[in-house]
Amino acid sequence: MIKKIFLVGNPNVGKSVLFSRLTGVQVIVSNYPGTTVEIAKGYMDLAGNRVEVVDLPGAYSLEPNSKAEEVTRDLLKQKDRDEILVINIIDATNLERNLYFCLQLIEAGYPVIICLNMCDEMQHHGISIDTVKLEKLLEVPVISTCGITGVGIKLLIDRIQEVKPRVRSSLSHKHRWQEIGNIVEAVQTLTHRHHTLREILEDASVRPFSGMLMALAVLYISFKIVRFSAEFLITRLFDPFFFNLYQPFLERLSIILGEEGPLHHLLIGELINGKIDFKQSLGLLTTAPYIEFSMVLPYVISFYFILSILEDIGFLPRLAMLLDNLLHRLGLHGYAIIPVLLGFGCNVPGIIATRILESKRERFIASTLISIGVPCVALQAMIFGLLGKFSGLYVTGVYLALFAVWLLLGTVLNLILKGYSPEFLIEIPPYRFPPLAMLFRKLFFRIKGFLIEALPVVFLGVFLINVLILFRMFDFVTYIFAPVVKGLFGLPKEAIIALVIGFLRKDVAAGMLITLGMNVKQLFISATLLAISFPCIATFVVLYKELGMKGLFKATLIMILVTLLVGTTLNFLILR
Amino acid sequence: MMKRTILTQLKQNTKVRVVEISGGSRLQGRLMSMGIYPGREITKLSHFALRGPIAIKVGRSVLALGFGMAKRITVEM
Repeated sequence: MIKKIFLVGNPNVGKSVLFSRLTGVQVIVSNYPGTTVEIAKGYMDLAGNRVEVVDLPGAYSLEPNSKAEEVTRDLLKQKDRDEILVINIIDATNLERNLYFCLQLIEAGYPVIICLNMCDEMQHHGISIDTVKLEKLLEVPVISTCGITGVGIKLLIDRIQEVKPRVRSSLSHKHRWQEIGNIVEAVQTLTHRHHTLREILEDASVRPFSGMLMALAVLYISFKIVRFSAEFLITRLFDPFFFNLYQPFLERLSIILGEEGPLHHLLIGELINGKIDFKQSLGLLTTAPYIEFSMVLPYVISFYFILSILEDIGFLPRLAMLLDNLLHRLGLHGYAIIPVLLGFGCNVPGIIATRILESKRERFIASTLISIGVPCVALQAMIFGLLGKFSGLYVTGVYLALFAVWLLLGTVLNLILKGYSPEFLIEIPPYRFPPLAMLFRKLFFRIKGFLIEALPVVFLGVFLINVLILFRMFDFVTYIFAPVVKGLFGLPKEAIIALVIGFLRKDVAAGMLITLGMNVKQLFISATLLAISFPCIATFVVLYKELGMKGLFKATLIMILVTLLVGTTLNFLILR
Repeated sequence: MMKRTILTQLKQNTKVRVVEISGGSRLQGRLMSMGIYPGREITKLSHFALRGPIAIKVGRSVLALGFGMAKRITVEM
């Protein structure tokens, strides 16, 4: 009786697409090796039985090379072989390399069924594979599928029942490759194709000069589109909604509540010049929804829209290659750019994605750098909101300051931490253009995730601020920290409250900064410090999970130190 | 006449055969599982300045490897 089905295969062959097809559970799918770093579980119906399906991180062999690959090996090791089934997904356009892991799986005695995926792409590459012959040579069922369109999935499910473990003698690595050569020779025919534009671009992107130009262009355009489309959404959609439809409603509510008293204070907040000010009133019904929907959400939408395109096209591994050199100086290698980019969306998935890195040392450096020097999209949106109305220099200044911190801290960590940075070895996937429907499904999935996680905390944050202000609980904290905040950072002493609230959520904290009536220098410093100082609690939890208590403790010490240094430096040296 | 060199010193766009991979068995195993092993034909596509990474084509896949790894691979033309 099959109880568990494992989806196993090389990185970036489409395991997660197939997982979603089989179980109906949505997971993030991208076009770069190492998208899946956590195992995902779902269920499917198999002849009336509920069977668990597990999506595993991709691996090249049964010997693991990263934390993500270790997970795959460990899971495969412990299970009782009679109760499991392995669906080995193979990229049909790259049969030869994929067969290595495939043969290892069969030799290890797992009941294997092979899913020859991406058969739609095969034709573009002028490849044809004789599946009947392949099935005969491997002695396990082989089904051609296309995960994206769903072709072949039904046949795959039908044939799962007939899978049995085969006895295949274990080969040495060298002989295994010889055997693969013979198999590929027998089943695969290639027709010569002229170079397509896509291939010319693929080629150009892995060469230093043309690659650098392409990357700069892509990053510049991406940033412009994120900024432009978010501002468009704010000015054309969200702001009109809040000001024209929602505000009149709240004004009436404010009158009903008598324009003062604790309940009015909690729901509407303070009236600024006798009117509701969405940015400054700090009420549960005013500032809380305004920050999240009209200041942050538009940026979340446009950021993830662009990130999803870059992920699906296959741009990220190319960027990783260009940055390998730089990142080596920080004790990382090129692939660390992927967790960093994800961190610009939200630090939590960014830090989880550091599992694609090989060593513990790299994961510590990458996680610390992300939590200190990489502001999440919610905070970035608020930085635009805080500083956007002044000269563009200030917004750029925050990014430059963070980038400088990131570089310096990385260099220092690389020098003081024992060990060395491992070498980079990744596969550069072909450019792909996934259907728009898939892109939007992923975008929608991420936005939903954002709202579910962010909204309750935002309301909680604003609620806490109000309660604490009401009971004058902040006075003690501001008193204690006044010398640091005022003396060293040159900020009003209440700014410490924002930094404390930043522990809950950065966007709420930045919202508090607006109410303090600071000048632009102070806004600049406090926005930068908000990014550098303690990450929000969700990030803390994930840091603890990924680095352990000791790692978290070290990272926290570094954060406090860097915050003190940067705050003082900005205050006394740069902006005098 | 066969000429031996290491992957980092090879010119771009040349097709060569892997002769030897020096280094630990872990590295050899890792490269092996990705299709790089003695006897295998590969094409060097590019390399990045200042000890940057090297791109090679192995079979149908393009791989990028760090300088330190590439210099352990001896090839012959």
